[in-house]
Amino acid sequence: MVDDDKDRTATPETPETPPKGPKTMGHEWDGIAEFNNPLPRWWVIVFMVCIVWAVGYALVMPSVPGAKSFFHGLAGFSAREAGRERLAEVAVARGKWLTPMQSASVEEIAASPELRQYAMRGGEVIFKENCAACHMVGGAGAKGYPALVDDEWIWGGTLAEIRRTILHGIRSEDADTRIAEMPAFGRDAILTRAEIASVADFVLALADGRPGPADGAKVFADNCAVCHGDKGQAVKDTGAPPLNNQIWLYGGARADIMAQVTNPKHGVMPAWAGRLSDVDIKQVAVYVHALGGGQ
Amino acid sequence: MNILKQHAKLERNLLFLILGIFITVSIGGIVEVLPLFTIESTIEKVQGVRPYSPLELAGRNIYVREGCYLCHSQMIRPFRDEAERYGHYSLAAESLYDRPFQWGSKRTGPDLARVGGKYSNEWHVRHLIDPRSVVPGSVMPGYPHLAETPLKVDDIAEHLKTLKFLGDPYTDGMIAAARSDIAAQATPEAEVDALLKRYPKAAVGDFDGKPGRLTEMDAVIAYLQVLGRMVDFTTFDPAAADR
Repeated sequence: MVDDDKDRTATPETPETPPKGPKTMGHEWDGIAEFNNPLPRWWVIVFMVCIVWAVGYALVMPSVPGAKSFFHGLAGFSAREAGRERLAEVAVARGKWLTPMQSASVEEIAASPELRQYAMRGGEVIFKENCAACHMVGGAGAKGYPALVDDEWIWGGTLAEIRRTILHGIRSEDADTRIAEMPAFGRDAILTRAEIASVADFVLALADGRPGPADGAKVFADNCAVCHGDKGQAVKDTGAPPLNNQIWLYGGARADIMAQVTNPKHGVMPAWAGRLSDVDIKQVAVYVHALGGGQ
Repeated sequence: MNILKQHAKLERNLLFLILGIFITVSIGGIVEVLPLFTIESTIEKVQGVRPYSPLELAGRNIYVREGCYLCHSQMIRPFRDEAERYGHYSLAAESLYDRPFQWGSKRTGPDLARVGGKYSNEWHVRHLIDPRSVVPGSVMPGYPHLAETPLKVDDIAEHLKTLKFLGDPYTDGMIAAARSDIAAQATPEAEVDALLKRYPKAAVGDFDGKPGRLTEMDAVIAYLQVLGRMVDFTTFDPAAADR
């Protein structure tokens, strides 16, 4: 045991000659010398080449700022110009379809097989980027955002009407926006709570196609029919949705209908004129029209 | 390889080494600092860019506080794919009053440089509270607390004053009206003519769907709704703006 301990604590023998390795730097303090480990030659060469490259790059490309402008570089490259050129190239490539679309009406585009095929593809891409956030992919719709796959249209489902809605929006800042406002029958105390409940029952019956309560029918005829139509079929261009079916914008439960009559929600669609080009809007109109319910 | 060995001389001579470091750092410094002195003449002149309204500024502060910039850039680069998706490439002038700017190219979420006017206020509220309720595949976290937190308005005039000190063209009238402007912008049917004269193209109205309450949601949406809308690109001449 004792012998073993001794072995473990014993200091290893100091080698008399220094280990073989790189040369030292040639100085020594208190017996400590410094190895000379230069960077690998290939690394140094790459480093130097990079420096030379950087100088050349700064000369060729836009680099140094100046008082009024900047050094544009010997190649005269401009990222903005390159981007504009690329967009111009694309416009030329697409001109075969987009040029005739510029002068054609939406109906003419939809009637021409070739233009229609292009508009359907283009419209789908534009729809996914701009419209699907609210109307969902494929126009499935969501609560508060009308479905575009059915044949119920609040503002008209013809190609021209769809195009107009896209151009100017609904309750948007556009001067020609489509606009409609349902009175707040409950909030502004036009109807009592009991009347709202009875008209909600009547609207539910209307949607099911069965006769509704007489008191609700009277409230409906006096207050709602002027826009929603006497049979809930909706009066054109009032922006009132039809109520004679099972399509609901803000929910079809009795409580939902009462909430909407009491304090109506009014959805907003932005105007796309200015944000999307005219041909883009025509393409989306053709695409939306073809989703299922185009008139 | 003789030239590589010369480097040893530089390393071993203290004076040479200090001089070499000084020259290198100076070049780096000049390249970074010099543009700040010429910024007035190197940023293109564009009609329409104005400082943020008090409500937009408060919204911008929340945008930065919540770290929106970690996933959303505000810089449309002049590439075909970006121009076709987001619109006209961003101009330096459009970030003139951003401190700090929100540029970037890492986009976990889409670029927001031109998001103003693209969606309705109601959509923004729904999306900020629960992003997946409107964008099923979204990985964005929800920010429901914005709708519950009253907006801090008592220091907004000081914010404007600070920015004026830094060179933003806020007038004394704007600073004096800051407190009333911040409330008026988010109040439906408020008197906003003077506000819109001070801050053209500002979105006005009740943003968060809660009339009568001024929340952080109001401010963030007011800010989002003005992004990219100050410059009118129908009358913009790109070639003239290039420097």
